[in-house]
Amino acid sequence: MIEVRNLSKSFDDKLVLNKINAKFEKGKTNLVIGQSGSGKTVLLKCLIGLYEPDEGDILFDNVPVNEMNSNTKKQIRQALGMVFQGGALFDTMNIEENVMFPLSMFTKMNKSDKLERVNFCLKRVNLENVNHLTPSELSGGMKKRVAIARAIAMNPKYLFCDEPNSGLDPKTAVVIDSLIKEITEEYNITTIINTHDMNSVLELGDTVNFIYKGQNWWTGNKNNIIQADNKELKDLVYASKILRDFVKK
Amino acid sequence: MKILYLIGNYGLLMKQVFRKPCNRNMFWKQFMYEVDVLGIDSLGITAFISIFMGAVIAIQTASNIDNPLTPSYLVGYTTRESMILEFAPTMIGLILAGKVGSRIASEIGTMRVTEQIDALDVMGVNSASYLILPKISACLIINPFLVTLSMILGTFGGWLAMTVTGMVPSDQYISGIRYSFQLYNVFYAIVKTLVFAFIISTISATQGYNTSGGALEVGRASTKAVVYSSILIILFNLILTQLLLG
Ligand SMILES: Nc1ncnc2c1ncn2[C@@H]1O[C@H](COP(=O)(O)OP(=O)(O)O)[C@@H](O)[C@H]1O
Ligand SMILES: [Mg+2]
Repeated sequence: MIEVRNLSKSFDDKLVLNKINAKFEKGKTNLVIGQSGSGKTVLLKCLIGLYEPDEGDILFDNVPVNEMNSNTKKQIRQALGMVFQGGALFDTMNIEENVMFPLSMFTKMNKSDKLERVNFCLKRVNLENVNHLTPSELSGGMKKRVAIARAIAMNPKYLFCDEPNSGLDPKTAVVIDSLIKEITEEYNITTIINTHDMNSVLELGDTVNFIYKGQNWWTGNKNNIIQADNKELKDLVYASKILRDFVKK
Repeated sequence: MKILYLIGNYGLLMKQVFRKPCNRNMFWKQFMYEVDVLGIDSLGITAFISIFMGAVIAIQTASNIDNPLTPSYLVGYTTRESMILEFAPTMIGLILAGKVGSRIASEIGTMRVTEQIDALDVMGVNSASYLILPKISACLIINPFLVTLSMILGTFGGWLAMTVTGMVPSDQYISGIRYSFQLYNVFYAIVKTLVFAFIISTISATQGYNTSGGALEVGRASTKAVVYSSILIILFNLILTQLLLG
């Protein structure tokens, strides 16, 4: 479980996150939603330690990051998997080397064990026979899947996905969504997903945190978001005409 | 003000770069890769430029000797000395600032804007050290070889031009090459080369690492890398020459 307490972050004079409180549960797909530019990526980068919050606490399984010694922090880092928005695959390496990278860097596994793990992870995301291709030879959806494979290579306890299905066609988007959901439940991971895609919200929203004006404006889940009585949330949810028409019926 | 900011950024990054690599195997793997793309890849251009430079120096020297009493072996001597003292280290330094510098800045800059560096940092890899240290090491090892090669090929280019045109007989040119050889001058050239290699790799890496934005900024970082390293090379050329020869 990951908990965020009164987290604030600003850049120069611009307050991006203003006292955010949220709980992300284990074995569930926890969503952070909001308009583009609302601060979802900044929140995620605070959680994974790329940005230093100005104020507030982040707790991993009830232990505040501020109170961790450097050894514990290192352990947490290696238990994190992150799927970046564009995949962030290393483009000087082929697919196999990409997924193997964390294993080579941080474990003492021998070559054949590493290869076995790599092939297992690639198979888990339904990719086969891509080991020797380079990232530039893959489609957007395949890149995202490799990114997921790399993120789960070290058996993470926490998985972070920044808009995992942005830029994908609707069908592929659904495939990626269900893949993340399956993996989360199968390995009992605490998964946090940024999205502005309503389809994903209704599919994955075990918990939903709606960020607006830097605040956690609304908290709920996929079952109560449609009926939620919150103007700003409604603006986002019903931005799509299909959903508006569907709900009218 | 801006210059203080640049120096500050540079210092902070270098502090991060010169930490012990967290995984020695991975460092070697990267190092060998860099030797290949930064070094071996520059062989062709180095050879090409050096041969032509040497030929030009020899022709210019030979055609400027009006006095019939000046011995013609001086053409070989002058070509060798010009190549060793100035053309090989500085000219090749500037060429590599363009070729290697822009490559380093755009590679690292692209990794920054596509969040590949973030991906390394999240895993707990010291991204600065992992990406930049192998590049600095590769430049420091490879550039002296390239410059030595340039000295040899330049002198050879001069010989080629002289024999083909018949301006200076082959044996005269060769005895000129052997005339009054000072190892100290080669030492001076290699010191310059090492300093230039350090300038090129670190300045370009800093420009790339501190890129933010998108493809346009990567292009800008790469241009700045070339401009700043060229200026510093010219500046340090003067300083080192005064220190070592003055
Ligand atoms: N490194 C940064 N420096 C300055 N401003 C930033 C930085 N990262 C994000 N921002 C600003 O924070 C706001 C939120 O951005 P972001 O979290 O990327 O939004 P999104 O919800 O689309 O992911 C934006 O206005 C952006 O300009
Ligand atoms: Mg974002």
